[in-house]
Parts: sequence; C-alpha cells; structure tokens
Amino acid sequence: MSGHSTYTPSNGFTRWIDERLPIIRLSYDSFVAYPTPRNLNYWWTFGGILSMMLVVQLITGIVLVMHYTPNTAMAFASVEHIMRDVNWGWLMRYMHANGASMFFIAVYIHILRGMYYGSYKAPREILWILGVVIFLLMMATAFMGYVLPWGQMSFWGATVITNLFSAIPVIGDPIVIWLWGGFSVDNPTLNRFFSLHYLLPFVIAAVVALHVWALHVVGQNNPAGVEVKSEQDTVAFTPYATLKDSFGMAVFLVFFCWFLFYTPNYMGHPDNYIEANPMVTPAHIVPEWYFLPFYAILRSVPDKLGGVIAMFGAIAVLFVLPWLDTSKVKSARYRPLFKQFFWILVIVGCGLGYLGSQPAEGGYVIASRILTAWYFFHFLVILPVLGLVEKPKPVPESIMADVLAKNAAH
Amino acid sequence: MTMILSGSKLGRAVGAALLAMGLGFAAAPAMASEAAHGPKVEMQSWSFAGPFGRFDKGQLQRGYKVYKEVCASCHSMKLVAYRNLADQGGPGFTLDQAKALAAEIKVKDGPNDAGEMFERAGRTSDRFPSPFANDEAARAGFGGALPPDLSLIGKNRAAHRGGLSFMADPFTLYAEAGPDYVYNLLTGYVDAPHGVTCDGALQYNQSFISGSCIAMPNPLSEGMVTYDDGTKATVEQYARDVAAFLMWTAEPKLEARKSTGLKVILFLIVLSGLLYLTKRKIWANVAH
Amino acid sequence: MATMDTAEPSRRDFLYIATGAVAAVGAAAAVWPFVDQMNPDASALALASTEVDVSAVAPGQIVTVKWRGKPVFIRNRTPDEMKKLAAMDAKSLKDPESDEARVKKGHENLLVVVGVCTHLGCVPLGHAGDFDGWFCPCHGSHYDASGRIVQGPAPANLPVPPYEYVSDKVVKIG
Repeated sequence: MSGHSTYTPSNGFTRWIDERLPIIRLSYDSFVAYPTPRNLNYWWTFGGILSMMLVVQLITGIVLVMHYTPNTAMAFASVEHIMRDVNWGWLMRYMHANGASMFFIAVYIHILRGMYYGSYKAPREILWILGVVIFLLMMATAFMGYVLPWGQMSFWGATVITNLFSAIPVIGDPIVIWLWGGFSVDNPTLNRFFSLHYLLPFVIAAVVALHVWALHVVGQNNPAGVEVKSEQDTVAFTPYATLKDSFGMAVFLVFFCWFLFYTPNYMGHPDNYIEANPMVTPAHIVPEWYFLPFYAILRSVPDKLGGVIAMFGAIAVLFVLPWLDTSKVKSARYRPLFKQFFWILVIVGCGLGYLGSQPAEGGYVIASRILTAWYFFHFLVILPVLGLVEKPKPVPESIMADVLAKNAAH
Repeated sequence: MTMILSGSKLGRAVGAALLAMGLGFAAAPAMASEAAHGPKVEMQSWSFAGPFGRFDKGQLQRGYKVYKEVCASCHSMKLVAYRNLADQGGPGFTLDQAKALAAEIKVKDGPNDAGEMFERAGRTSDRFPSPFANDEAARAGFGGALPPDLSLIGKNRAAHRGGLSFMADPFTLYAEAGPDYVYNLLTGYVDAPHGVTCDGALQYNQSFISGSCIAMPNPLSEGMVTYDDGTKATVEQYARDVAAFLMWTAEPKLEARKSTGLKVILFLIVLSGLLYLTKRKIWANVAH
Repeated sequence: MATMDTAEPSRRDFLYIATGAVAAVGAAAAVWPFVDQMNPDASALALASTEVDVSAVAPGQIVTVKWRGKPVFIRNRTPDEMKKLAAMDAKSLKDPESDEARVKKGHENLLVVVGVCTHLGCVPLGHAGDFDGWFCPCHGSHYDASGRIVQGPAPANLPVPPYEYVSDKVVKIG
C-alpha cells in the first residue's frame, strides 16, 4: 500500500480493470508481493487468525439476526428457538458465542506479542493505537452482544455496566437514563444495544483496514526487533506468510472447535439460561471471562468514581504505552530485565482475571488491590525507568544476520 | 523448524507462568473464610458425557414418564413441544407415539368464527402444558415460591466447585454439572444436621445451591412411577432418569453437536497436517 | 508453482494439490449450514397443516383460510357453476386439467385451491373476472370457477394443496 507499485497484471482483462481501478495492483502489493521479515514466528500468525475470527463473527452474527427478535418479551425465546428449531441454529449460536471468546483469546495473545517484541515503538505508534481502538470497540461490541439473549446475566451485566456511568459527577444519572432510554434496563435498552451490536463490528472492520494500512506502511516488526534493511531480510507474503498463517489458522480452528462442539457452555455462565428477571439479582454477577481483569480493577477501588477511573485507566494507559517505554531496544529477547517484568505482568493479568471471578470480599479484595497497583506500577514506573537503567544485550545487525546466527548455532 | 523452537520457548514460558499462577492461587480458597461446607454435589456417570456421548433412549423415555407423572404437576416446560419427542437424538418415540401423547392433553385454542375460545385435543406442534395459567398463580399455589420452568434446568443450575478445578474441564470435557445437580438435589433430602432448622413448609436438602432449605417438598418416593421396561423403581433411578431427560430438554441437539464435532475436528487435523507439510516444503530452501 | 515443466507430477505438486483440494472440500462443506439455516425450521414444518370445518360453507360462498401463511380458497360451487364448468373444453386451456381432477370424489362441488396467482403471487378476487371464477387485479389474469387460468399472463392454474377429508365435515389441509 505504500510507495509506487511496479506491478502490471499480465492478462488483458485484469489490466483493463487495473488501469481504471487499481484494485488488482493493490491486492497484489498487499497480499502477494508484500515483503515480510523472514524471521517471524508463529506468534505473528494471530493477526491472520483475528481477521478470520472477525469474519466468523460477522457471518454467524448476520445469520443469527435472521432468526432473533430484539424484544424483551421474545428475545430469550427467540434464542432458544434458534437453538432448538432453526436448521443448524445451535451451530450458528454456539459458534458466535464461543467465537467471541476465541476472538478475545487471540486478541490477548496478539497484544501480548506486541508488548513482548516492542511492536508499539517507533515507527509503529499509530499502528498500536489503532489496535487499542479495535480492542475497545471489541469490548463494547462483546458487552452489548452478551445482553441480547436476555438472560439473567445479560440483564444484570447490562445494569451494572451502564451504572458505571452514574459515577460521573453531576451528569452521571442523566447519562445513565439516556443510555437506558428509561428508568431501568428495559426494551428500549435492548433495542439500542441490538442496533449498536450490529453496527460496531463494521466499525471494527473499518479500523482493522486502517490498522492493516498502517502496518503496510511501516512494515511488520519481528522477533529480533530490528528494522528491515535490505531485500535479503524479507520474503514475499505469498506463498511464505500465507501458508504459515493458514497453518496457524487451521490449528486455531481445531482449538475453537474443541470448545464449540464438546463444551460450548464452558466459557458462558449457567445463569444466562434463566430468562431476565428485573426483580431478582443472581447471587454472583460476573462478566464474561475476558472482562474479568478489568472487573477486578474496578472492584479493587473502594470509591465508586475511583473504581471506574481505574478501570478505564487500565485501558487508557495502553494508548500511551509507546511513550512510557523509554528503551530503544524493541524485542524482549535482548532486554533481560524487561522480559522478567513482562512475565510478571502476564501473571498479574491472569491473577486479576481469577480475582474478578471471585466474590468481592476478604482476601480477594486485598489481592486485587495489590495486583491492580502492580499493573499501573508496571506501566507508569517500571517501563519508563527500565529503559534508563537496563543494559540490553547486543542486538543483531540485521534480520538476516539474526537468522544466520541462529541457524549456525544448530 | 527454528521458528517452532523459538515459539516453544515462549510456550514454555507461558506454561511456567500458568503453573506459577496455579500454585499461587491453590491457596486462594483458604482466603474465603466463611465458605463453610458447600452443597453436596457428587459427579455422576452419564451416557451423554464426553466426545462420543449419546443419550440412552430408554432412559429418556423413563425420564419423560417421571417428568410427566411427577414434575409436570407443579413445573412448566414451555420450550418443549410434543413433536420434539420424536426428534432425532431424543427419546426415540415414533411420530405416532408423539401424536398419541399430545392427544392426551386439552389445548385452549381460538377464537373460532363466532369469536369464542374453544378446547381441542393436543397436536404434536403444541408445547408441553403448564400446570398454572401464569407465574403469579403458581406462586399463589406454593406460598410465594415459584416452581422454575424445567426446559433449561439441565443447563442453568450448577454448583460452584471452587478452586481451580475449572481449569481441568476443557481437557476432561466435563459439561454435566446440570444433570449432576438435578440428580443430587432430587436425592438430597436427608435429615437436617444438628443446629439447622427449616421454617414452615421448607425442607432441608444437602445439595440445594441457594441455601440449606428448599421450598420443593421431596418429590420422589420408591414405586411412585411404574416403569414398563422392568427397570427398578427406586428414587435413585427416578432421579437419574429424570436428570438425563432434563439434560435432553435443555440441550436437544447434543447428539448432532457431538457427532458433527467429531467429523469437523478430524477434518481440521488432517487439513492442519497437510498445511504444515506444504508450509515446510515452501520454506525448505529459505533460511528463517 | 503451477507452471513447473516436469512431465510427471512431482511429490511436491501432489502435496500442493492435495492440500488445496482438502481445503476446498472443507470450505464447501462449511457453506451448507449457512445456506440450510434459511430453510423452514422445525417449528414452521410442524405447523404445516390446518383443519377446516367446511359444512358451514354455503353454495356460492368462498371461504378463505390461512395455510402456511398463504390464503386457501374453499369454494362451494352452485349447480349452475358446475354446469358451466362441465360445458368447458379443458383441452383448450393454457394448463389443461379437468375439473374432476381438482376435487375429491363425493365432494365435487367443493373446490380447495391455494389463493395465490401463479403469475407473480398476488391474491385474486373471487366471483370476478370474465369467467366468474377469480380475477387477479395485479396483471389481469382470469380464472374460472375451477381456479383454472383461462386468460391473462398467469402460466398455470391455481394449485390444489394436499388435503383430505378427515370426516364428512372437516377438511385437513397439508
């Protein structure tokens, strides 16, 4: 997508099209000739896997809407109608519900890969920020999608999350009433969530296009964290990356299908098979697993507004990550201290996830506070300081030099 | 292959991190001081468990009988229709049997040409009848307690097992918490331990997940339902059969799901293998 | 890769073809559920029959009932109408079919047809048109009292749905 293309389609008809709309040239430059670093490992296949999951969610979602009814009186029954009567409806619905979880598994791996190899550093700041925007949009989409089956967790999840906005001083309550379109989560809320849940995935697709555009301008980072210097450092996207990504996708599909077909309700909550009842709150309200770390951060702060700020801050901090990390070296391979702190952060994240699923009482709260503090400490203190005090290992001269050195070691 | 090696280094690190987390939180349950003794829910063995699981048709038919003669007098089952009894992967009734069972009930229909509602014999397209006209009538009949609809009870109840046992479930494919709970609850009416008393009409149940006392009186007793296939008419057998039946009503496409899954996963493994070989061939002469 | 000059396919070619073929088969198989989900679902199929008491349909009267979401006309033809039909030459019609073949034995006066014009799906008006049968206002198709197309753009007669007499008075459609 960057620079002037020298490609001309070989056949007369495609050349005729290309001279009028250079879409063939664009596809060729982006997905065939595009130079990819030759040292990418399998953690780099998650970009392709995420694109695949976006398509899966879009297609299954459009199918589900053909049978779903966004009305409080009929939503729950219409989902059960899909599960029981619609041809392959159970497959569509389970694929969409589990697909959301798979999407988040893949995006968390993708984000952590970016953190580990320093993919957010110059010149990839915009690329990274677009990624965080996609992540935020995914969270909003997933949250609103979870409301649609109109089960107990749908209803109470919607109530709790929309109530977060009531923490805003002065205008909080009017905002919440505006969000609801009434005085509680009810039919107007369900209708607008449905509308937005249908809209946002297309917004995600548009931001993904920007993300890919930015990627093609700056080029991919790689495990060595050094920039491409010559043609020698790269291979053509097709067939090299295409085949590798395809293999990664196929293996990921096996993982996806394992849950989809054999334990499709594992990542859901049993209470969401009880129809929403505004009069009875379930004993433990928990969000879907992918929100648990942020939910734990929310609950760790004893102040209502403070909790909300901490939760949104946990994501906001990612936007400025490129400027918090002061080290010039990208890849954690050559940053012995950073590498350790990275894994500590992963453990802290998993720990927060576990704590988010537990009742907010006793030792769980104390543990949440410690881990929340560490989360912010990592980004706001460790990363800036580490760049100044850490002595990185020597970085390879080029990607090819890295590859040759590695092959020589075998 | 070097790529895989570098990948697996990361993989080992992730594994180590998860292990560390597991060790760290194995101590976590101890933090919940007031977690007392939870409801007693023991895992059962079910024909429909695991990747090759299938419903036992005889068991579902017996379970239907228990449901119809015992449960249905208080509980509704609004999502299940008589036609489902003859569905693939269900209790295996023939369409004529399902028609005959449907014809046993009276359904209010209408209005007719004169604008009046009328009663007719049930058809296979009719849902199972509800014992009460609405939830309020049901509550009024049971001192304020609403007997829950049973359509999804096989999926919407699960005892909290605590700790990190959930981490093993994707490997063991444990997905029978619902029927396990139903079975334990129906056989869980024991004498209240010392110091526990239940108010009024409530009864002690050692497996109830929402407290110790349950509004539902012990529904099963030996010999109350006659089995036609010679199966022993014990409370345990009734509970097991009706729990299996309720798993089917909650997840009627379970068999189709598991058999489709086997084909899809085997296919994807073959495809993955071929893609791996192709990828390796293509990369063979490229240093990476 | 496709333009390799080897005379016989090499092992490498075989691998590429096999992988591509398996992927193509998988993609094709995966499409089917997404297509089939739009077919009538189990609950729609279960509601595919309707019972009607036809004893109340007076001679000359047309009763419209709903079956599978479509109107079905039940017409009790008068002896006069039956005489006119008998006088018609079925073979000269666009869609030749005798009136007897469109009714049940013993109930020849009672006609049951799907009330959807075979042209483009409008509902024809009863007791209208040049042949005192039905007339479709959309594009001017004329049907006779047996629901057969006599004049206009419609290509075929109004179809007779599957139905049977469950008793002398009650017809089960579907």
